Amino acid sequence: MSALAIELVVAAVQGTVGLLAAASRPGRGWAFFVYGATAVASAIGFLTVLVFLSSGSPPAAVVLPLGLPWIGAHLRLDPLAAWFLLVLHLGSAAASLFALGYDAEPPRPRAVLPAYAGFLAAMNVVPLAADAFSFLFAWEAMSLFSFLLVLVHHEEGENRRAAYVYLLMAGFGSVCLLLAFGLLAGRDGSYAFADMVQHRLAPWAAAAVFLLAVLGAGSKAGLFPLHVWLPLAHPAAPSHVSALMSGVMTKLAVYSFVRIVFDLVGPSPWWWSVPLLVVAAATAVMGVLYALMQHDLKRLLAYHTVENIGIIFLGLGLALAFRASGLALGAAIALTAALLHVLNHMLFKSLLFLSAGAVLQATGERDMEHLGGLVHRMPATALAFLLGSMAISALPPLNGFVSEWLTFQAILVSPALPQPLLHYLVPVAGALLALAAALAAACFVKAFGVTFLGRARSSAVADAREVDRFQLAAMFGLVALCVFVGIVPAGAIGLLRGVTQTLAEGAVLGEGWLTGWLSLAPAGALRSSYNGLVVLSFVLFSAGASAWSVHRFASARLVRGPIWDCGYPDPSPATQYTAASFAQPIRRVFGSVVFRAREQVDMPPPGDPTPARLVVRLVDPAWNWLFEPLAARVAEVTERLNRMQFLTIRRYLVLVFLALVALLVVIALWQV
Amino acid sequence: MAGLIDIFAQGLEMLLVVGLAPLLVGWVRKVKAHVFRRRGPSLLQPYRDLLRLFSKDALLAENASWISRTAPYVVFAAVWVAAALIPTFAAGLVFHWAADLIAIVGLFGLARFALAVAGMDVGTSFGGIGSSREMLLASLAEPAMLMVVFTISLFAGSSQLASIVDFVLAGGIGIRPSLGLALVAVAIVAIAENARIPVDNPATHLELTMVHEAMVFEYSGRHLAMIEAAAAVKLLAWLSLIAAIFLPFGMAPGPHSGFGAMAVGLLAWLAKLAVLATLLGLFEASIAKMRVFRVPEFLGGAFALGVLATVLLFVSRGL
Amino acid sequence: MSGIDIELARLMATLMLVVSFMLLYQDRLAGLINAYALQSGLLALAVAAQAHAQEAPHLYVTALLALVVKGLAIPLALHRIVLRLGVHREIEKVIGVGTTMLFGLAVTMLAVLVVLPVTETAAALTREDLGFALAIVLLGLLTMISRRNAVSQVIGFMSLENGLILAATGARGMPLVVEVSVAFSILIAFIVVGIFLFRIRERFDSVDVHALDRFRGELP
Repeated sequence: MSALAIELVVAAVQGTVGLLAAASRPGRGWAFFVYGATAVASAIGFLTVLVFLSSGSPPAAVVLPLGLPWIGAHLRLDPLAAWFLLVLHLGSAAASLFALGYDAEPPRPRAVLPAYAGFLAAMNVVPLAADAFSFLFAWEAMSLFSFLLVLVHHEEGENRRAAYVYLLMAGFGSVCLLLAFGLLAGRDGSYAFADMVQHRLAPWAAAAVFLLAVLGAGSKAGLFPLHVWLPLAHPAAPSHVSALMSGVMTKLAVYSFVRIVFDLVGPSPWWWSVPLLVVAAATAVMGVLYALMQHDLKRLLAYHTVENIGIIFLGLGLALAFRASGLALGAAIALTAALLHVLNHMLFKSLLFLSAGAVLQATGERDMEHLGGLVHRMPATALAFLLGSMAISALPPLNGFVSEWLTFQAILVSPALPQPLLHYLVPVAGALLALAAALAAACFVKAFGVTFLGRARSSAVADAREVDRFQLAAMFGLVALCVFVGIVPAGAIGLLRGVTQTLAEGAVLGEGWLTGWLSLAPAGALRSSYNGLVVLSFVLFSAGASAWSVHRFASARLVRGPIWDCGYPDPSPATQYTAASFAQPIRRVFGSVVFRAREQVDMPPPGDPTPARLVVRLVDPAWNWLFEPLAARVAEVTERLNRMQFLTIRRYLVLVFLALVALLVVIALWQV
Repeated sequence: MAGLIDIFAQGLEMLLVVGLAPLLVGWVRKVKAHVFRRRGPSLLQPYRDLLRLFSKDALLAENASWISRTAPYVVFAAVWVAAALIPTFAAGLVFHWAADLIAIVGLFGLARFALAVAGMDVGTSFGGIGSSREMLLASLAEPAMLMVVFTISLFAGSSQLASIVDFVLAGGIGIRPSLGLALVAVAIVAIAENARIPVDNPATHLELTMVHEAMVFEYSGRHLAMIEAAAAVKLLAWLSLIAAIFLPFGMAPGPHSGFGAMAVGLLAWLAKLAVLATLLGLFEASIAKMRVFRVPEFLGGAFALGVLATVLLFVSRGL
Repeated sequence: MSGIDIELARLMATLMLVVSFMLLYQDRLAGLINAYALQSGLLALAVAAQAHAQEAPHLYVTALLALVVKGLAIPLALHRIVLRLGVHREIEKVIGVGTTMLFGLAVTMLAVLVVLPVTETAAALTREDLGFALAIVLLGLLTMISRRNAVSQVIGFMSLENGLILAATGARGMPLVVEVSVAFSILIAFIVVGIFLFRIRERFDSVDVHALDRFRGELP
């Protein structure tokens, strides 16, 4: 059986499992069946695409007699689709494995299980679809099922609002993509991707498609300022679904952008990269700054998804710039960096969401200000979260560092570009990327330190128990992959060769890419090289040698005593640094400009025993300056249109008639 | 045989950076003491301090986790590896190819992350204040450092330190204003990274002004010794980094350039370190510590210089 | 035209730009005045280097004027004024230092981006000087708008004028008459502003231009 056929079977199996769960009355065993079946199917799918990518097989296509009768469902497996399927299957396998323990007895099996399986099946079809109709069908199914999953805990008003905002933004994104495909197909074109590639667009139409792709894919992926739904919806879903939404679904949005802009549109002018770079750099920095202001663990992680989407789009923007100027090597480095970060972000973001889910399950708390000291109660989860934090903070020798390092290498190649504007824009974007990475490290010191270290801040922590073996297996599987991609990135990058070959001006990062001992040297060893394996073994050796010699030759005794705290220890856990106080310096330096953060201290007069209060006010720029004015306008317009609800039947018929005539006129004009 | 020399040169560098680091700290202290008209402690005092700390029992708080116990070694190892990857007396040693300038900065980031996490372990307000401020300063220093890396790699066409050294030694740069700006920027970053005056005071005893010292409050004995040693190695690494990029003169071009070249390189390196450490001591003695919230402006200045250096470079290349 | 002259002129122009950023960064009046004196001294050196490079002796006069009037006389006078006025030594800012610096960087890039392509026919040194000069002018303006204190606005204005002189000498062929008249007009402007400072101070007990706005009834 060909790889494409296996992938289709995997999708069909997942869909069938969902249908079965929906048709029956799921009981206790059903969760085990659904999650087990999806995990196995995902694992098979993963191995299939792995073989497909590593053997460099040619693309395969098939047309199934489904969907619209005169189009059929075009399905195609090429290296780009295979790469995103790889990411998808890894993420879904981990999420399903985790759910075997986490969601073994779901509170609402009929709400969760069918939607979960359907969500996976829909996501599976998105990269395979090779015509606009099946793509949008799968895309919408993905949005709808995830919407249902966001609504699982619908008794909380906050979650209903999150789902509502999500549905609105998903609708907006789909409309943008629909219009983009319409332009791509042209007046009498076909909706199959293969025909769209042949069809060359006029410059204005290509620019419009690009803009619509940025809006459509960007709103799904979470580009600032279209990200507003993401930190609401992702945390509202059950944690394994949050991991899928953040780790995988946003990546499929990246896929749709790459597919449309790099593949379907074809050659692009250089200036497209300018808005993309600006938006991407803003997204990266804003995402992490938002995250720093949060004290809800899952929402913090969701905002970090926004940041990482910014990093990915920065790489894509660089690739566009290099490709437009015919600098194949630069384009290949940038595209590789972006697509590798797609994998890396899925790995560590799923890991972090799953660990946050473990914390939520053990304590019932998402608010960091009520946690603390969990490293003693849940040592394995703490270790997993720590390693995930290090990976997302782009620390060597883990995987997050590799893709950011590659992005920096692409930035260092940018002086070869002929456009003066890019000479200045790209380094500044690079500096913002460095800022985002450093702030991410600060944010994860906060997240890990406040949640897992220190002393327990509430009784919820005292009863916390380590999670079961399925959940630990899922988390540590992801940890192992984070380390593996970090030290042997050549393995993952080798899988990307087929993608860069087709999309980056035919550049092959072959010889000279991987020098001795698995070093990475994208532009030749004299320019730059990095070897995660050597760095890791070097660090391990040095740490081991120093620890051993200290214990052997100096002192090995350890005495436990009370906390010193400069001589004035206070037993109350409330004296610890909280998430808000940890972020205070950063809030003061960056937030006073970006969020107009204002602190107000109410200090009671001497002698008054009431507590002093510190109130912090933040303004969310996306809501305040974009969405609320927009919503107000929309409400105004709908208020006016409201009158049309009370017309006579004859007038309605007049409206219908006029609309029909107007459309015919438009078509007539277009034909001329 | 060639492989043996490779390993030997790399091993020698690793031992030298650790062995000389406390001496460097002692030297800076001596310079400062001289400026203040004091005699100051012996040059060997940092060694004695470390030995004393090593021989004591380690005392940890009751609720300290394994994080507190492992972090000192991770910090030390990351800094040590970073220092061993920087060309000191010879460029292009066998492991120097494992990491470029960006990866070296990343290793310093790893050490900082480990220390900041350890500062939160026991759950005291001082630990938190130190970690929080340390991460703030890092987030401001990082973009400035990236601009410096960008400028240098624009000059040398490489972010690999060994290649940069070769390029500068071949006389490829000459005296250029943007190089000067980059030097000032990297000096500011180095001061912030090493917690020196005016960003932080390594000898302070006033809790509210501390950054680095506040994080390591709960440490004692061998753990504290490891952290102190790591701080010393880090100072040596940053001074070596500045010396390697801006004054690589006298450095041996590789491990196979013969005993004489190595000896010259070693002497040149020691002289450069002594000069830079003296300058650091003089600078520290002549300036007062800043308020914490003035530091962002100071580091922002480094960033501005880095950007200016890039702009100037493009201008003088005619875009 | 020897290479050293060009390198020197380039270096001085660069340093002037850096000092412009120091002006943006300073928050003490004394430091601000000293930075201005430094910039004027650098201007004198830059002009002298240009004089040598272009073999234009009249530029030496300009250099001398810059050194004596702007490098020494005006800063000394400003120091005295600040002392006599007893104004606050810390400068009140309208925008934070960080934001101002970022604006300054953006403006500098803009200046270079605008100047370099339109002057492609000119000599390399002229192009650079023009780019830097425009940046210095814009940074001077930025210094003026980011401060409330009248003294610092004066300094921003004079720093702007330094940029103009740099552009003029770099473009070669500016007659000495124009040069001298510009210098004089600046001097006159300085004197007038100086007198105004005392008048403002007499009326409002402050040199914060905010007070003027309030007086005009524009602010509550």
